[in-house]
Amino acid sequence: MAEEAKPPVPPPPPEGEKKPAAEGRAAPASAEAAKPAAPAKPAGPVPVPWTSPLVEKYKGQYGSGLDAQTYLGQNYFAVDRSLIPDILRLLRDEEQFDYCVDITAVHYLQREKQFDVVWILYSFPRNERVRVKTQIADGASIPSSVSLWATANWLEREVYDMFGIQFDGHPDLKRILLPDGWKGHPLRKDYGILQQDNEWVQINLGIESGQ
Amino acid sequence: MNDSTHDVSNRALSNLDLETSEKPYLDSNELIINMGPQHPATHGVLRVILKLDGEKVLGTECVIGYLHRGVEKIAENRTYTMFNPYVDRMDYVAAVSNGLGYCEAVEKLMNVEAPARAKYIRVILTELNRIASHQLWLGTHALDIGAMTPLFYTFRDREEILKIFEKYCGARLTTHAFRIGGCQYETYAGFEKEVKNFLTFVAPKIDEYEELLTTNRIWIERTKNVGVISALDAIALGVTGPVLRASGVKWDLRKAQPYAAYSEFDFDIPTGTNGDTYDRYLVRMAEMRQSLRIIEQAVNRIPEGPIMAKVPKIIKPPVGEIYHSIEAPKGELGYFIVSDGSTQPYRLRVRPPSFVNLQALDTMVRGLLVADVVAVIGTIDIVLGEVDR
Repeated sequence: MAEEAKPPVPPPPPEGEKKPAAEGRAAPASAEAAKPAAPAKPAGPVPVPWTSPLVEKYKGQYGSGLDAQTYLGQNYFAVDRSLIPDILRLLRDEEQFDYCVDITAVHYLQREKQFDVVWILYSFPRNERVRVKTQIADGASIPSSVSLWATANWLEREVYDMFGIQFDGHPDLKRILLPDGWKGHPLRKDYGILQQDNEWVQINLGIESGQ
Repeated sequence: MNDSTHDVSNRALSNLDLETSEKPYLDSNELIINMGPQHPATHGVLRVILKLDGEKVLGTECVIGYLHRGVEKIAENRTYTMFNPYVDRMDYVAAVSNGLGYCEAVEKLMNVEAPARAKYIRVILTELNRIASHQLWLGTHALDIGAMTPLFYTFRDREEILKIFEKYCGARLTTHAFRIGGCQYETYAGFEKEVKNFLTFVAPKIDEYEELLTTNRIWIERTKNVGVISALDAIALGVTGPVLRASGVKWDLRKAQPYAAYSEFDFDIPTGTNGDTYDRYLVRMAEMRQSLRIIEQAVNRIPEGPIMAKVPKIIKPPVGEIYHSIEAPKGELGYFIVSDGSTQPYRLRVRPPSFVNLQALDTMVRGLLVADVVAVIGTIDIVLGEVDR
């Protein structure tokens, strides 16, 4: 939060938690040299606003609930959770994003809304890809998109299996890769790499530990 | 069957429910049998629960995960460089493709580009791998259906590709052929000649496979109009690769969103019309020939120069996220990588073509006979290492 207080020129990337380290190093060197050097130092690519007729249309419709960015030539929407059903439906029905490539999630343990849920969509007619992502809290659910893309069935089951995110309206939300009785969701950041459901292993495999 | 093909989503909703089914199982004509996980025709450890009416399949449910190794979790605990060999173990019959996708994704995240020579080497090896993957598919698929000879033919010829891999990088299957930024190894002396020899060697062999099968009456009976999937269903189910193309969708990532050096080569995208097992067979056969075309162009025009871009010893991509996908032999193989600026990926998601394509099995086998399930599992071309990761 401290990096918000000092407002130097470069626009901080939304995910930029690492920023203070880079600036902290540059500042003690010399006070006046820092000014021209600072914008040059963080050389890496930065997300820039994504402008297109599609974005204009949705911005007008949904305003601040929707943010459109381009990073390394890839476009994405960061959307409020409440707008997700609308946005996904519009993208499929009106913008021809007829192919749901992937649905996945990312866990940020320190954040208040712990999960990013990401939809990767592709449009055959437009030959264009777009990502839609939203943030949800641990324990919160998200509407299922199985009615939009049948492929979402297994993809959502995998997200549920690995992260424990609930998809409302999914026809058969159960584990897919791990066994049904397994406890825990392995791709959460608080699930250790050596951690296992030892109880399950002992009962079902008859061995002391899977390690 | 025809009236139900346009609405996939409803069918997904009416998934068969074994636990809470109101009908007693053995009271009616319905029978539930278990196929796999230890079954020679499931190409690994895939378990399919079949709901049958006599010989007719009313519904299926796939039980997967027997080979789950937590590849995505492992990625979060390894550096970018250390994780590179792991990707070979997903689709282990097309390890080179996996490596290509991963290296290109990380390169994109770091905003570097492999040198032209490296790109050409990558294309040659990846296309050789595509042929090897299709050969293995053909041999096992034909064996499942009852034709034993193609297995011997394809394995005999696939050996030549593996020999080239072995000479290039020391490994035959899990090659770890590429590095982030380019290739580790320069081609060995005589590489180009051997590849050209292979091209002249294998072209007539592909004709030979076709002679065995394409007009074979048993083959046609077992594959024509079996496992039909319409283009609309295929798109809704996210099916990619030869399965999608056999349904008539002319879509190949090598053309749609070219990566590596593919934009520099001339090749066609073979497609089918019926979306049945026979068309998928024809599409893959034609793809092998297209791969030969690509390799021939690449090996004749391979540029001189470095094979490695300037990449730091310790790979630390800037904060950000990227999705990059390639046309693997089985379909769209994608990597979604989130970097937090450290040496390890914060999150690495693999979008596996086999996993997504397998989901279409239920749509493809409803109403068919049990023996056709075997044919359809073969025609989807799954590798369970990739399905389960």
